[in-house]
This record gives sequence, structure tokens and C-alpha cells, in this order.
Amino acid sequence: MRSDLANNKDFLAGLLLLAIGAIGFYMALDFPMGTARRMGPGYFPRVLSAVLMLFGLYVLVRGLRTKERVKGIWGWRPLAFITASLIVYGWLMDRAGFVPALVAMFYISALAGHEFKVKEVTILTVVMCIFAWAVFVYGLGLPYQLFWW
Amino acid sequence: MEIFNNLVFGFTVALSAQNLLYCFIGVFVGTAIGVLPGIGPLVTIAMLLPITFNLPPVPALIMLAGIYYGAQYGGSTTAILVNLPGETASVVTCLDGYQMARQGRAGPALAICAIGSFIAGCVGTLLIATLGPPLAEWALKFGAPEYFSLMCMGLVAAAVLAHGDMVKSLAMVFLGLLIGIIGTDVNSGMARYSFGIAELTDGIGFTVIAVGLFAVAEIVNNLESKEQREVFTKDIKNIMPTAKDLKDSFPAIVRGTAVGAFFGTLPGTGPSIASFSSYMVEKKISKDPSRFGRGAIEGVAGPESANNAAAQTAFIPTLTLGIPGSATMALMLGALTIQGIAPGPQVMSSKPDLFWGLIASMWVGNAMLVILNLPLVGLWVKLLQIPYRWLFPSIIMFCAVGNYSLNNSAMDVYLCGLLGILGYVLSKLECEPAPLILGYVLGPLMEENLRRALLISRGDPTVFFTRPISLSFMIATFLIVIIMIAPAMRKKKEAAYEVHGA
Repeated sequence: MRSDLANNKDFLAGLLLLAIGAIGFYMALDFPMGTARRMGPGYFPRVLSAVLMLFGLYVLVRGLRTKERVKGIWGWRPLAFITASLIVYGWLMDRAGFVPALVAMFYISALAGHEFKVKEVTILTVVMCIFAWAVFVYGLGLPYQLFWW
Repeated sequence: MEIFNNLVFGFTVALSAQNLLYCFIGVFVGTAIGVLPGIGPLVTIAMLLPITFNLPPVPALIMLAGIYYGAQYGGSTTAILVNLPGETASVVTCLDGYQMARQGRAGPALAICAIGSFIAGCVGTLLIATLGPPLAEWALKFGAPEYFSLMCMGLVAAAVLAHGDMVKSLAMVFLGLLIGIIGTDVNSGMARYSFGIAELTDGIGFTVIAVGLFAVAEIVNNLESKEQREVFTKDIKNIMPTAKDLKDSFPAIVRGTAVGAFFGTLPGTGPSIASFSSYMVEKKISKDPSRFGRGAIEGVAGPESANNAAAQTAFIPTLTLGIPGSATMALMLGALTIQGIAPGPQVMSSKPDLFWGLIASMWVGNAMLVILNLPLVGLWVKLLQIPYRWLFPSIIMFCAVGNYSLNNSAMDVYLCGLLGILGYVLSKLECEPAPLILGYVLGPLMEENLRRALLISRGDPTVFFTRPISLSFMIATFLIVIIMIAPAMRKKKEAAYEVHGA
């Protein structure tokens, strides 16, 4: 029974919407509501969050009835590597410079693929680093330090 | 003859060396990303948006528009040759286009696509030129209640007619509106939903949202399963269609253009729904509907003309009313804003070189696309042979660099990564991200107009129903919902999307 719910497309979607709506509504309680005539910053967000929760509830209940499953498999592995590569890029840009950030990004994101050939990834990284330098730094004049020195 | 003078003026702008160059870059990049799976015009425009800041407004807009309609062309090339729609709008082209390719008639199919798109593009350009000025004049009369009602109609239409579940799409609109609130409230100066992060008080940028929700999710979706493609390259020697092909497809092109222009002009609908509808029309009208799905040339000519006509006419509500009809159009408005131009009906009179230059450049760009697409088909096919494992890290690179360059801050890249997770989960749960983006863009505008409307009316909500223009938008909104809820229409929509078996 529990594993059924964990793969129930609409149940999960409804749950997600409900959760986002609830968080939105809870946070909006801190914003002044105002009146319809002079709306405060809390008016619109509260209405939106409430409607979102209603939608979430509807979809959730519908999911319990139709029991449709999520199509395909969850690609957590590629998702983790792609997200990590973006975050590492941002982190290294602030600390180590453009080239190290790009190199790290390419190696980590390539791990998300089905095959990882060190030689191929290295060639791709070198070619794309030169391309990125030519387009972004030389061509568009973005003020990035290439390395940390 | 004012239209004529305006168009001549537009051409003098569009044909300047600089604008020609950017138009070419636009359609070239557009075709390339249309061909490549996993990256569409929305993401490309979002990534290039920060870069256009360095360009003058006219070439910037011309280039971005070129990417947009160029992608429709490129998408149909892959649909025919690989049975892989580069864009959602070319999904139906796969049906008969790919069958034609398997019968060794890839050349004529590509040629008909180009011819149909070109004709549709020309008609679309003329329509913008004729409909634009009166619409803009009409829109100058709009007050806050009218704008609010118009946006309601656009959002509801976008959600209800979009691919996928209607309820979830509407929910996505609301989620988008909620995300749009993040940032500092204009009226009170209060930071809303900023989670104590300083960068969030400025809101989340277009680029961050679009790249996170679309690009990251799309790449992960593609990486779930192994790639397999079959490319027909040997058979594209004789490109010229026969006289019979032309005779068969001409009426389909005309009908497709009409269908496309209709859906393009409506706010909230766009190329995808236009091409699906055109396919249904052709199938219904045909004397022998069983030929469809087995290489009927009308099934390529109609939808291809329709999606191009819609892509072009989508600029009508965007440029004249300042209300984007689709997520991509919302980004075009974002480009205007970056350039310091407030979108709305006044653009036409205050920036005539921009408006007419952009329109004329679309005609020039369409001509360039015919030239680019037919003789260079071999080059585009080569592009398809690049393995995906080289492609996706490069796409990620553009995403990362583009996001970082927004404010030169790592926070935008982090946010993009997190939104990528949300985007992937939503796409697995079959919640469409396109209505979300539209809601996100229109959110602040909607809140602003709602507040202003209720301030004028002293808090009386009937203001939306007592002013005639506003009332008609509201009636239209209800009609759209009622028609789509009706079981008969619901089945029709499902059938329209099911042609692909998706």
C-alpha cells in the first residue's frame, strides 16, 4: 500500500502543491493583509496560496481514485550530478576563477551520462574551455578572472 | 497606404548591415537549437537574455526573434529525418514527415516545410503590420481592470489549452504567480518570501527560472534512458517537390496559415496548439483520411505552415498590448525591459524603428531560413550526429555561465540548480512548466493591476464586470473554461494530442 502511494503520480503532485501552498500561506501570515480597497502586501499571496492548496487537495484525492503511476524511472543519479555541477560551478567561480570552475563543471556533469570516458571528457573540457574563453571573455568582455592568481 | 510606408521604413531598418548580421545569427542559432534535442528556443533566449544587455535594442530583439522562429524551422527538420521533434510544435510533423522520409521522399517533405513556413511567415508579417496599429490604439484605452481581465484570460487560455492535464496546468499558473511574488513589494517596500536571503529581495530572474525548470529537467529526462536514433541522410538528393506535391499541399498551406494565425493572435495559445489543430483540420477535410500517418504531404504542409504563422502572429498581443501569449514571448518582453523600454501599446509610437524594424526583419529572416534550410540540410543532419554525452555538458555550461553573468553572483547558479530539482520532479509528475513561467511573468503585473483597479473602484470587485471591455474578457475567460470542461471538447483535445501517441 505504501509503495503504491510513493509511485502515485497525482497523489505526489497533489502533495507537493499542498505543501508549497501551505508554506506560502504560513509565510504570508506575516505580511499585512490590508483591505480589498487598500490591499496590503499579504492579500494576493494569501489568496494564491489558498487556491494552490485547493488544487493540491483536488489532485491528491483524484490520485487516490485513479491510482495512475509515474511513467518511467526516476533519474536521481543524473539529477544529482547535474545539480552538483551547477552548484560547484557557482562556488568555484567566486573562489578559484573561470577555468577551474568550468573544468569541475564538465567532469561532474559528464558523470551524469551513461558512459564516462576520461579521455573524451578531457578533450571536450579543453575544447569547450577555449570556446568559452573566446566567446564569453574575449568576445563579450565578461570580466572574469581565468584563474585564482 | 500608411502600412506600406511603415513597412518600407521597417525594411530600411532591417536591411542595415548590423541588423542583417544579427538577424542571420538569430536564425542560424535558432535552426541549430531547433535541430538539437534537449534545448529549445525558450531556454536559449533565456540564456542569451543577459548578454543582449550589451547590444542596442533593435538588433537585440531582431536576434532573439530570429532564434524563436528559426527554431520552428529546425524542429521540423529533425521531425522529418529522425522522427524526433526538436520542438513541441513539430510533434505532428513527425507523423507524416517521417513516413515520407522512409519512402525516400525526405527532400520534398523538407521543401514543402520550407515553402509552407515561408508563405505562412509572409502572411504573418503582413497581419502584424495591419492588425498591430489599430490594436495598439484600442489598448491605449485600457485601464487597470481591463489589463487584469485580459491577463486572466491569457493565463486561463494558456493553462486550459496547453498540453496535458487542465487542473494541473491551472495549478502551475498559480504556482508561477506565487513564485512571481518573491522579492520586494513595490507598494509597501516589504520583502516577501525572501527567506532571509539578500539576493532574493530582487526576485528570481527569468533566466534562472527558465533554465532551471526547462533545461535541467529536460537534460535529466533525456539521460534517464539510452539514446537511439535512426537518421535518413542518403535519400535527400532530389529536394524539389513534384507538381502534384505542390498542388496537393497548396490548399493545406493556406488553411494551415489561417489556423495558425488565429491561434497565434489569441493570447495564451501558440504554435503547438496551432499545429495540432491544423493536422486535425487536414485529416477531417481530406477525402481519404486513411492516408494520414502514412506519408500524406498535406499532413506536413498544414501543421508546418500553422506553427510558423502562429509563431509570427504571437508577436501581435506581445508587442501591441504588452501581454505575452506564451512563455517565450514573455522572455521577449523581458528583453525589452532589460533595454529600458516599458512594453505596452505605446512602443509602436515611441519606438517605431524597433516595431517596424522587427516586423520587417521577420520577413528577411524567413527568406534567410529558406536559404539556410534547403541547401544546408546536410549540415544540420551532421549536427544531429553529435553524441548526446558531448552535448549535454556543453548545454549545462551555457546555463551556468549565463546564470552567473546575470548579477555576477553564485546565488543565481545555486538557485538554478535547486529549481532544476523542482523542474524535474514536476515534469515526472506531469505538471507542465510552461504555464508556470507565464504565471511567474504576469504575477507582479497582475497584482499591480488588481490593486489599482480595486483602489479606483473603492474596493468594489464588480468593477471587472461593469466596464464593457473588461466584461468581455471575463466572459471569454469563462467560456474557454466551460467549453473545455464539456466532455465533448475534452475528448477532442485529448484526441488532438494523442495523434502522436504521447
